[in-house]
Amino acid sequence: MMESHEATDPGVHVADPPEFAVDALSDALLAGAEMSEVPALAPPNAYEQMPVVVRDLTVAYHRKPVLWDVDCDIEKGRIIGIIGPNGAGKSTLLKAILDLVPKASGRILIYGKRYRRQRRLVGYVPQRETVDWDFPVNALDVVTMGRYGVIGWCRPVTRKHRQAALAAMDRVGMADYARRQISQLSGGQQQRVFLARALVQDADIYFMDEPFAGVDAATEKAIIKLLQEFRENGKTVVVIHHDLQTVRDYFDNLILLNMRVVAAGATRDVFTEENLHRTYGGRLTLLDEAVQAIARRDDSRL
Amino acid sequence: MSVVQSLAGLLSLGGLFEIWTELDTWIVVTGILSSVSCALLGNFMVLRRLSMMGDAISHAVLPGLAIAFLVTGSRDSVTMFIGAAIVGVLTAVFTQSIHSLGKVDEGASMGVVFTTLFAIGLVLIVRAADSVDLDPGCVLYGAIELVPLEVVEVGSWLVPRAVVTLTVVLAINVGFIALFFKELRISAFDPATATTMGINAQVMHYLLMTLVAVTTVASFESVGSILVIAMLIVPAASAHLLTDRLLTMIIVSAVIAAVAAAGGHAAAITVPGIWGYADTSTAGMMAVVSGVIFFFTVFLAPRHGIVMKGVNQARLALRIVREDILALLYRLDETEGHESLPPVSRLLRECNGTGRLLYTMGMAALRMEGKVQRHGNVYHLTDIGTKKAGSLIRTHRLWESYLHKYSNLQVDHLHFSAERLEHVTGTRMQQALAAKTESPPTDPHGKAIPGDAEL
Repeated sequence: MMESHEATDPGVHVADPPEFAVDALSDALLAGAEMSEVPALAPPNAYEQMPVVVRDLTVAYHRKPVLWDVDCDIEKGRIIGIIGPNGAGKSTLLKAILDLVPKASGRILIYGKRYRRQRRLVGYVPQRETVDWDFPVNALDVVTMGRYGVIGWCRPVTRKHRQAALAAMDRVGMADYARRQISQLSGGQQQRVFLARALVQDADIYFMDEPFAGVDAATEKAIIKLLQEFRENGKTVVVIHHDLQTVRDYFDNLILLNMRVVAAGATRDVFTEENLHRTYGGRLTLLDEAVQAIARRDDSRL
Repeated sequence: MSVVQSLAGLLSLGGLFEIWTELDTWIVVTGILSSVSCALLGNFMVLRRLSMMGDAISHAVLPGLAIAFLVTGSRDSVTMFIGAAIVGVLTAVFTQSIHSLGKVDEGASMGVVFTTLFAIGLVLIVRAADSVDLDPGCVLYGAIELVPLEVVEVGSWLVPRAVVTLTVVLAINVGFIALFFKELRISAFDPATATTMGINAQVMHYLLMTLVAVTTVASFESVGSILVIAMLIVPAASAHLLTDRLLTMIIVSAVIAAVAAAGGHAAAITVPGIWGYADTSTAGMMAVVSGVIFFFTVFLAPRHGIVMKGVNQARLALRIVREDILALLYRLDETEGHESLPPVSRLLRECNGTGRLLYTMGMAALRMEGKVQRHGNVYHLTDIGTKKAGSLIRTHRLWESYLHKYSNLQVDHLHFSAERLEHVTGTRMQQALAAKTESPPTDPHGKAIPGDAEL
């Protein structure tokens, strides 16, 4: 079950685990709540089944909030799409989960623990444009990087790891290009190299930032096939997506994001015209104005 | 000494050996050690597009040196290294924080940080100058010629102190890169993913900057900061043009740095002599030689070089003009009364804007290949020529049919698109086009499409 930000009934929340509950308790008390209003302590292990739990997440760049009080649960064994307009904070949400950007506030747990203790479970496929494709490495070198976490500090890459990388390249149809310098690959081939790298990481949860952007039709098919294989093996895949036409076919669950979570849940429930309009069309103008004021460091009240 | 004599002396190399002494050997060894140390680290700075960070750090360490001296009152290397390393890392930290907190462009923030620190360093040095032989000029240009004069005993040998220091630094740099090779590779290529895997790219960055600061300080006295900056950037930038793998790039950059150092000193003691001057600054000449190597690399690199790009472009142009000639001759053969038309060269210039030189070369190549024959003033396709031309025309007209069927291009626009596409279409694509258009007998203009079988 995914819950939307608007869910007001505390009963639908998965109860907070102890680690959260203590924080929540102190927060509530600080806020002057009566003891009776403080949420009850959760049963242990409630979040350990959940690949990702995000609570009250706010992220700001130069004091301008990019994500505002985001709550979401990501369920196991699903392909989850994140959609929203440009600047909605989609990449930032992934980066916050991956501990790559500082949080202004909020808590994120991966299977009940902080990211730092769960690195091995997580694979990341960044946007293709974020790396320098003139870098002096061949495709096999890049795929082998997926094993670096397993190999460990200061140990060399061995034949065993290179063979695992080659096998992964074979699965995405790139075995023939292993020795190519990466700038000589097409956009689709570069994306497949990234996917092969994620594959050798053998993670449990994958986060992919626009894997379908600028790839050919054959690559798009290969990618979605791979994602479905991941799902069959009980893995969880979170994908930032732009093409609304394919949303219904590709994703089990959906998070509609525009600075806040507009809606989240099963695709058939939340992929509605109304929700899309709220995500892409109307921003909450008052909130927007307040955010602008924060960015301006205005002292005046609105 | 006349120019001819000195040139002759230089060319026989005898002249070089005559004036070469043990001092020159030590100078070259010092130059090679510091150049290679810098070049090794430079690879990662060039790849992370932080080339100017070397410039910044090499200037900014000055206050570190000065403060270390003022606090401890000694010019002992270890103190200097620690002072410089701290300030070197601070440079990187300040640059990063001004960039992200002040919303200042990274280059500008680097400029602010290192000039300020450098100036503070100058003020401190001048303040203490009466009692110190720490000389700002020396920091910039170095004094590699004086290196052999200050020696220490290593076993039973007398070795210049700078050589000992720089050997240690080179060993540290080689060890660092060997030990952290894969961590350096991934954090330079894809810092975000590296960090998610637990290889913190930020930490790697600061480790690298620390070593740059240490290397810079070790090289200062002997070769000066100009050569340090040159060696941090130029060999790595040249090697990047020459290679496609990181390890090869690192090795090539080290070789270039060593060649530049040795060649630079040889040039410094011989080249000015050609014009009758005394020898010139060795450190300066080393930087010049590395610049010259870079210049040649830019032109001659096998894949990325300007010459090779030019050659490839010329080959492409020649292929296209040959194909255009073949296609034109084929079309002329189809046309009734083509004998009265202007010559091929003029038709081609008017239709495709082909220049006379390119046309002459293309036609000569076709005649050499036996695809075209000349009878009097008229050119004819041979049997091989007809076959090749037929295939081109087939591709051209299939493209026109395809575009007509699947795009909404006007019929009179089809030709120009097909004219470009035919040059990049191979057998596989031609077959795919035939399948998609169901191999029509004629193109949208009603001209016959040569069949696959008859070719």
